[in-house]
Amino acid sequence: MNPVLFFILAVLLVASALSVILQPSPIRSALSLVVTLFLLAVTFLLLDAQLIAALQVIVYAGAIVVLFLFVIMLLNLQEEPRAMASFGTQCAAVLLGSLFLLALVRFAVAPLRPPASAATAGMAAAVPPGFGSVATLANLLFTQYLLAFEITSVLLLVAIIGAVVLAKRRLV
Amino acid sequence: MNVVPISWFLILAAILFTIGTIGVLVRRNVIVIFLSIELMLNAVNLVFVSFARQLHSMDGQVVVFFVMTVAAAEAAVGLAIILSVFRNRETVNVDELNLLRW
Amino acid sequence: MWIVIGIAAVKTLVVIAMVMGLAGTLGWIERKGSAYIQDRVGANRASVFGIAAAGLVNTIMADPLKFLTKEDVIPTGVDRLLHTLAPCVSLFPVLVAFAAIPFGDVLQVGGRDINLQAVSLNVGILFILAMLSLGVYGIVLGGWASNNRFSLLGGIRGSAQMISYEIGMGLSLVAMVMTFGTLDLQEMVRAQGHLIGGVVPAWGIIYQPVAFLVFLTAGIAESKRAPFDLPEAESELVAGYFTEYSGVKYLMYFMSDFIEIAVVAALVTTLFFGGWQVPYLLRDGFHFPWGTAVLLPQAVVAVLQILAFLLKVVFFCWVQVLIRWTLPRLRYDQLMAFGWKGLLPISLVNVLGTAVVVLLLQASA
Repeated sequence: MNPVLFFILAVLLVASALSVILQPSPIRSALSLVVTLFLLAVTFLLLDAQLIAALQVIVYAGAIVVLFLFVIMLLNLQEEPRAMASFGTQCAAVLLGSLFLLALVRFAVAPLRPPASAATAGMAAAVPPGFGSVATLANLLFTQYLLAFEITSVLLLVAIIGAVVLAKRRLV
Repeated sequence: MNVVPISWFLILAAILFTIGTIGVLVRRNVIVIFLSIELMLNAVNLVFVSFARQLHSMDGQVVVFFVMTVAAAEAAVGLAIILSVFRNRETVNVDELNLLRW
Repeated sequence: MWIVIGIAAVKTLVVIAMVMGLAGTLGWIERKGSAYIQDRVGANRASVFGIAAAGLVNTIMADPLKFLTKEDVIPTGVDRLLHTLAPCVSLFPVLVAFAAIPFGDVLQVGGRDINLQAVSLNVGILFILAMLSLGVYGIVLGGWASNNRFSLLGGIRGSAQMISYEIGMGLSLVAMVMTFGTLDLQEMVRAQGHLIGGVVPAWGIIYQPVAFLVFLTAGIAESKRAPFDLPEAESELVAGYFTEYSGVKYLMYFMSDFIEIAVVAALVTTLFFGGWQVPYLLRDGFHFPWGTAVLLPQAVVAVLQILAFLLKVVFFCWVQVLIRWTLPRLRYDQLMAFGWKGLLPISLVNVLGTAVVVLLLQASA
């Protein structure tokens, strides 16, 4: 993947992620999240993950965030005057966040920097044919990860039942 | 150099994750907190897909598949809880949802 | 490399021109067709130098000009960015969905095979599903950004309807993917060129009639056309989620409505009716099953196939117009019950049946 393209995507991603947490109106936050998800789907496409990119748009941007928007519209949430925590809390959060980021980069990412040969070798080499395609992923899902797949279906059933029961209007 | 090393993707994912964490800590609207949690989940998805690409292993993408499914289930149940709470307390500001605080 | 970019650009322009042409023609079909169904004449007043062209001048020239020159009214108290963004977000997915739809086989020009599809995607069906899922945002934003109770209600209803019928559409697409074994739309159309028993063209509808009915119904519901148009019903909610839009924004919503009809028609054609396939027409000419072969130059074959595609799409647009002006509107709870308790179980059973049949055929082969 081209470094220039990566930088453009990275800048846009960080900008839209900041927009998610900084916008006072919840609808605009949700829409910024849609933009972020879309940009991530483009990133996944460039990382040879076609099915995951399509699923990202269909499931995340097309269903989950629509659900969020639905709830925001149902509750008619406008901008509120106390959208953010107090200034002290904001400072503490940013400080802790920066410390966390530094720790992550120093301990988790640094060993993987170039010129460690493994850092670029795998990314530079071409992927095997069929990598990221639907057939390969489906094959893995139905053979090696079958148990997780079945448990996920039960999880989704439980989530549906739970959501319906919780959101039902009591007829008392 | 025409290749993007994996550390760049990891740093980008770390930045997105941190932004999500700051969002959870700073925002007072429950729904925006949920959106920040989704942002964190997506940062993790980026890490998995990058490693899948580097190690030429589809297992990373399978994990992303399951993360997306779990995120969908969690969003559905979480939003149902928020609806329920809103019906009782008329607010979605976490500062006012403090019945369990001592 | 510049040749490749040039070919891609030309294909994109051709697809855009085709889509705009289809949308305009569809507008005319809608007005004149509905008029003749309702035993009246329809729009025929606007004319250029006395030529009214049976309402074409009115619908394709006068109406867009009227919309473009009207005042753009933005109500007070709305979020201006969202109000302006909503029609654009509504138009974008339906236009882009056409990129994956093949409108011809190949065009052999100068020793090069040009695949007549704007973008060759090997996950074409997933791309179409993704664009259909994004169509909800136009409604959601339009309803929210209008600062109007009726719009909000129309937006909530419209988005709930769209996400409910997406599932029926997706499952019928799954059945088609199982039948053809590929997600690539161009490969699916090519596979429909085979002949069953040497005589009957292997069009999708022969393999999957139930999926066709489910897909057509769900497609009409997705584009919120009657009988599923309660979110924008004139007698119930003023104009639903586009009450507060005027001028260019209204034109964009209107156009996205028509282009979505064209997308549904194009998908039905591609998946179930052979796309650009003319029965018995191969790349070098007609090869009839009783032996006669009429050889034609490749360019003529390509033109015939493109014409066949356009004719089929226009036919299905006409079918949708006919359905709109014939059936009464469904009430909202009937609509949701039909989607969840009607189409979803039917398409699930269809997928199950298709899976059983495919496995049996594979086992016996």
